[in-house]
Amino acid sequence: MKSARPNPWLNRFALLTALATLGLIGLGGLVTSKEAGMSVPDWPTSYGYNMFALPFKFWSGGVFYEHTHRLWASTVGLLVVVLVRWLGGGAARRPLLIVGAAEILAGIGIFVFFPGLKATGHFLTGIGGVVFLAGLVWVKSEAASRTLVKLGWAAFWLVQFQGLLGGLRVVLFRDQIGILHAALAQIFFVLTGVIALFTSRWWRERENFSPTPEIPRSLRRHLHFTTGLIFIQLLLGATMRHQHAGLAIRDFPLAYGKLWPATDPAALATYNQARLEITNVNPITAFQIQLQMVHRLAALLILAAVGFCAWQARRTASLRLLTLGWLGLILGQVALGAATVLTDKAADLATAHVLVGALSLATGAMLCIISARQPGKSARATGIVPAGELNSRDQISFAARTSAP
Amino acid sequence: MKLNSTFAIVAGLAVASQVTAGDITGTVTLNGTPPAEKAIAPLKDDVTCGRFYPEMPMTHFYSVGPNKELADVIVMLKGVPAKAADASTAPVILDQKHCLYSPQILAVQTGQKLLVRNSDAAPVAMHNVHINPTVDANKDANADKLNAAQMAGAPDLTYTFPAAENFEKFQCDVHSWMFAWVTIVDNPYFAITDKDGKFTIKNVPAGKYTVSALHRKAAPKGVDKDVEVTADGGKVDFTLEVK
Repeated sequence: MKSARPNPWLNRFALLTALATLGLIGLGGLVTSKEAGMSVPDWPTSYGYNMFALPFKFWSGGVFYEHTHRLWASTVGLLVVVLVRWLGGGAARRPLLIVGAAEILAGIGIFVFFPGLKATGHFLTGIGGVVFLAGLVWVKSEAASRTLVKLGWAAFWLVQFQGLLGGLRVVLFRDQIGILHAALAQIFFVLTGVIALFTSRWWRERENFSPTPEIPRSLRRHLHFTTGLIFIQLLLGATMRHQHAGLAIRDFPLAYGKLWPATDPAALATYNQARLEITNVNPITAFQIQLQMVHRLAALLILAAVGFCAWQARRTASLRLLTLGWLGLILGQVALGAATVLTDKAADLATAHVLVGALSLATGAMLCIISARQPGKSARATGIVPAGELNSRDQISFAARTSAP
Repeated sequence: MKLNSTFAIVAGLAVASQVTAGDITGTVTLNGTPPAEKAIAPLKDDVTCGRFYPEMPMTHFYSVGPNKELADVIVMLKGVPAKAADASTAPVILDQKHCLYSPQILAVQTGQKLLVRNSDAAPVAMHNVHINPTVDANKDANADKLNAAQMAGAPDLTYTFPAAENFEKFQCDVHSWMFAWVTIVDNPYFAITDKDGKFTIKNVPAGKYTVSALHRKAAPKGVDKDVEVTADGGKVDFTLEVK
């Protein structure tokens, strides 16, 4: 991946976008924890007002969380538009102008021809206007590497799709859309994290590195497997949260006092009879109980898998600390999961559980990427291995090779 | 002449059915100890709504009297011909007052108007009335107000439901502790037990019937009993169980 001159400000901006995305995921988690997702019935307007002009008297109860989520999401969208313009340099202007104009026209077209979808028309027109304005920005800048430009455009499309999904979830009353929205949020966070990584000076120093036998292939395989497992776990978590049924199992480590709880109709009737809801959650079902049990088992599997990766990476200097940090995150995540159950799904703990889940996935993704770019033959040949990167085995092997006639 | 005699027969039957109609009465009790009611802490902690409650508000899923009489039980006839309410049937009101639904349990007949009222004034700016029909016909009939904003002082929202449905949830997402359960009955023969656990289903034509008692927690799918109605009416008592 060849890139233009390093730009620390671009890296800082990419980092800001990633952090803003993490904050957005936290807010989204808070919205579902507070059961506030439908507290603003309309979209993209809010109680009939322009989203950005909703009077403060309306910002009470669940509206505070849902509306803040919408505004924060708009800010992230804006950051991504700026990022794609910055990454793409002057060459990004034309596509931004074309996409912006197309979205404005599409929005107006939906208005005219599909009055039933006018919310989508509003959304497209608004987004298109912002994109078009970004294309008008005159500032000259050099484009980043082709990979980064592509990643920027991927983030650009994904953030718009995410916004659309968030709105459609409200107006179409579809929990399935909420699950997709939550899953894509995780992917989007990883994407912004990767952009921040690739624009960093630290990464640039490794651009010429290539995979080597020093990173065991099995470790790389385990990193990929474990990261995939974490993503599936996040999907399970999102599915649980979007059942709007609160906690399907309220004890831990056992479940209704058993290793595996009964889910027959009589047992469900007993669980629901004893369960006095103080918020507007739905009665629990067998599916929800089984889902939480699978989530618990997957958590154990992930803990073991991450622990194994950390053990495997103990002699790989550049991965050792990161895998240990990853293990720390997973241990914290297990504790948060247990605390979420034991506190009857306290909103702050449940939200922290969502946030640490996102960080765990992003860490796994970074490890997969970094492990593919370790000091290798090409790095050794050019002698640009950063100080302290080689472990003792590497150093012996490197010394033997470089001293050979 | 023929028309006149037909009219006379129909009128006669109608009078006869009035003469032989009676009320079904009874009492519902709860056997067992229900779980302790919970404090609605989010309501008490809310900046705007908490001011209505100097004491901690509590849930009231099981309203049980001193002799175990159970309130908020819906008692209805099963298996009778479906009949929707006509325009003269008085509407039922579901009020939003002090950031809670009142009553929390209610029943309406198919076709009967349900008025959702917002009695809260500023500083409670609004509620959103979010209904959750599980029957498609009820969803379709109210498609434009499945989730409707209702500002302080706004007119009542009117709902009608064409199909029977047990415990359809009404909720407010602005105030997540606000919810009510509406049961839609496809005949006019239903009642809700009062605080003494008593109910009266009025003007039931003479005959044999199955009566069902539904409670949101103790019997969400209903407990059935048979009863015979004569000119003196009929009587049936229920005992619901805490499992």
